[in-house]
Amino acid sequence: MYKGEAIRDTYRTLAEWADRLGPGDLAAKKAEAEALFRRIGITFAVYGEGGDPERLIPFDLIPRVFTAYEWSRLERGVKQRAEALNAFIRDIYDRAEIVRAGRVPAPLVFRNVAYEPSVAGFRPPEGVFSHIVGIDLVRTSAEEFFVLEDNCRTPSGVSYMLENREIMMRMFPDLFRMMRVAPIEHYPDQLRRTLASVAPVRCDGEPTIVVLTPGAFNSAYYEHSFLADQMGVELVEGQDLFVEGDLAFMRTTRGPQRVDVIYRRIDDPFLDPLHFRAESMLGVPGLMSVYLTGGVSLCSAPGAGVADDKAVYTYVPEMIRFYLGEEPILKNVPTWRCSEADDLAYVLEHLSELVVKEVHGSGGYGMLVGPAASKAEIEAYADRVRADPADFIAQPTLSLSTCPTFVDQGLAPRHVDLRPYCLVGRQVSLCPGGLTRVALREGSLVVNSSQGGGVKDTWVIAD
Amino acid sequence: MLSRTAENLYWMTRYMERAETMARLMTVGYRIALMPSSGEGTRSDWGSILTAAGVEEGYAEKYGAPEVGAIEQYLFFDRENPSSIASCFSRARDNARIVRTAVTTEVWDALNGAYQDLKHLRPGELPKLCDWTRRQTQLMRGAIEGTQLHQDGYDFMSLGYYLERADNTARVLDVKYYVLLPTTQRVGGSVDNYQWITLLRALSAHRSFHWTYGGDYVPSKIAHFLILNTTNPRALLHCSSEVSYHLNRLARAYGHTTEAQSRARALLGRLADARIEEIIAEGLHEFLAAFIAENGDLAQAVADSYLFGPK
Repeated sequence: MYKGEAIRDTYRTLAEWADRLGPGDLAAKKAEAEALFRRIGITFAVYGEGGDPERLIPFDLIPRVFTAYEWSRLERGVKQRAEALNAFIRDIYDRAEIVRAGRVPAPLVFRNVAYEPSVAGFRPPEGVFSHIVGIDLVRTSAEEFFVLEDNCRTPSGVSYMLENREIMMRMFPDLFRMMRVAPIEHYPDQLRRTLASVAPVRCDGEPTIVVLTPGAFNSAYYEHSFLADQMGVELVEGQDLFVEGDLAFMRTTRGPQRVDVIYRRIDDPFLDPLHFRAESMLGVPGLMSVYLTGGVSLCSAPGAGVADDKAVYTYVPEMIRFYLGEEPILKNVPTWRCSEADDLAYVLEHLSELVVKEVHGSGGYGMLVGPAASKAEIEAYADRVRADPADFIAQPTLSLSTCPTFVDQGLAPRHVDLRPYCLVGRQVSLCPGGLTRVALREGSLVVNSSQGGGVKDTWVIAD
Repeated sequence: MLSRTAENLYWMTRYMERAETMARLMTVGYRIALMPSSGEGTRSDWGSILTAAGVEEGYAEKYGAPEVGAIEQYLFFDRENPSSIASCFSRARDNARIVRTAVTTEVWDALNGAYQDLKHLRPGELPKLCDWTRRQTQLMRGAIEGTQLHQDGYDFMSLGYYLERADNTARVLDVKYYVLLPTTQRVGGSVDNYQWITLLRALSAHRSFHWTYGGDYVPSKIAHFLILNTTNPRALLHCSSEVSYHLNRLARAYGHTTEAQSRARALLGRLADARIEEIIAEGLHEFLAAFIAENGDLAQAVADSYLFGPK
């Protein structure tokens, strides 16, 4: 559904269904869904805002719908991008051919804060650095998708994709009978197989997989425990693991048990206090040396973050051409790099039309949405950009697609984005679905849950 | 199972049991304070309750002399008191939340529901607060018995319950015998009688005492009931035998024994051979102090063998 246009065919069945239900029933169903979420304990925390540390994410009942045809193109595009990103990381820790060829500037790679010198020359199992690639997309017309950003480290939100579907199936079984929705419940199994496929060279037999979490006070703790539970593996904290000789173990009531693959949900600097930040209490002393000698696999691999900052993002189409010899299927949003003088001048002149972001920022914090900002805000932001231009990029404001959403006044269009989760191991796979985030405030383009965004179920309908 | 998971399950139940004991202790204090006596007597009664709860110093520092309102506040609501009922529920829930997938939905609901209710409770009606606490802890206990798989996790939860309960019973008993009655002359007086009854009531053993022994409250019978009677679920011998049973189950499941099993066996053996007349002749307080220490060593051995992992 697009602004000013009629409802697309894919939504017709849904619209008729919503009409039959009426706003009263929908409101009741919405309350029922929220009670379910709270009971299961699906919560998230927003750092630095105080308030309830166990907050609910707003859930919208109207699913977002893709046809199988639309999805197949998207799928090819996402997989292409995930492969190119992995090829890039593999290359820059090897011979850095792309830099030698002059296609990506050297400082952007080697002086990047996320560049990890100690893994240079190390090839992880299957050559994969980023095992779960979350790609944030927006749609601007029927045929056009733009990539907003890539998440190569530990993209979160996949538990919402799975739980949203569970709740929809529980509440609206008749809808699933009417529409042939592609199933997604095999994602945890796919994730487990992906992790097992990158077992370290010194692993013999069936690999033991664990999920490593910073602990119960982390905002995504629910997701960590959910994924561990769904995969049937232990959820560990740093204190549960230890290194003995050149192997990693977890402390169990039966004694030490060897660990082969660690799906870590903590950032590089906290992995190993001997190697990174000495004061970190989250990590496992000695883990990096076990990793570099092939005793354990870390997913994502240390150093993978170099591929997902917003300045490197602008080169991803180059990567696709360079490594795969293909044209990018998904477009990048045209981006001005403020590090370049011409671009900077243009950006400063057109701040009121652009979206400006910090290169290393995330979560929708610290960005300027020009058309929605006041004169004073724009002035203040211009000063920040002038002070350190290399820290900023700018993009045009896109006319994002909208999706029917249940709000106080009934059904209304709201802007949405999409994050599918691409798994990269021995094989590359993409679950037919993803996390659709929706900006619940009218006219708002910011979908982050920390800033008034909600989530929807995402359906791929078989033809 | 991860050592830390076992540790969380173990502390979850220990805190629940402790909350229940706190409620029982407050009930004792409340009932004793209702009987006619000098103001000074009431004060020492509440003082002995604080001693049994192990919070005498913390209370004195904050409030000074014992007084019902302040005691209710300190033992029930005060989060600064680590043994208060509110603290116990909150810590039990923290432990459960960390291992959310290791407990059943029913167990989580029981604990989480209690924690949410707790926020709405207000001071003023001590007996109601104590009843509420007992109901919640028993609801949780029932959920564990009725829904948890009886695997190693269940054994660690049971170990938490029984090690804590043995410690609590011994402390309550010790306070009654030692602090309230430092000299033996007054034993058998009417004040004393009332206090024994209240003690049994607080341990929910008032009627069961009569069913078991009939007749009069004789200190030696009461001591036997609370220490050596295997049918009394709060007796030391019963608790120690449950601890030993669950440790043996773990040894069988894991295929090896640890220091914890040998300590539990030794403690159980000594209790089983003991006779109440000898215990009293040699000094009940000394016996209880030794038991509390040994029970503590056993808990440490459980932690070293299973909960902290290797090294």
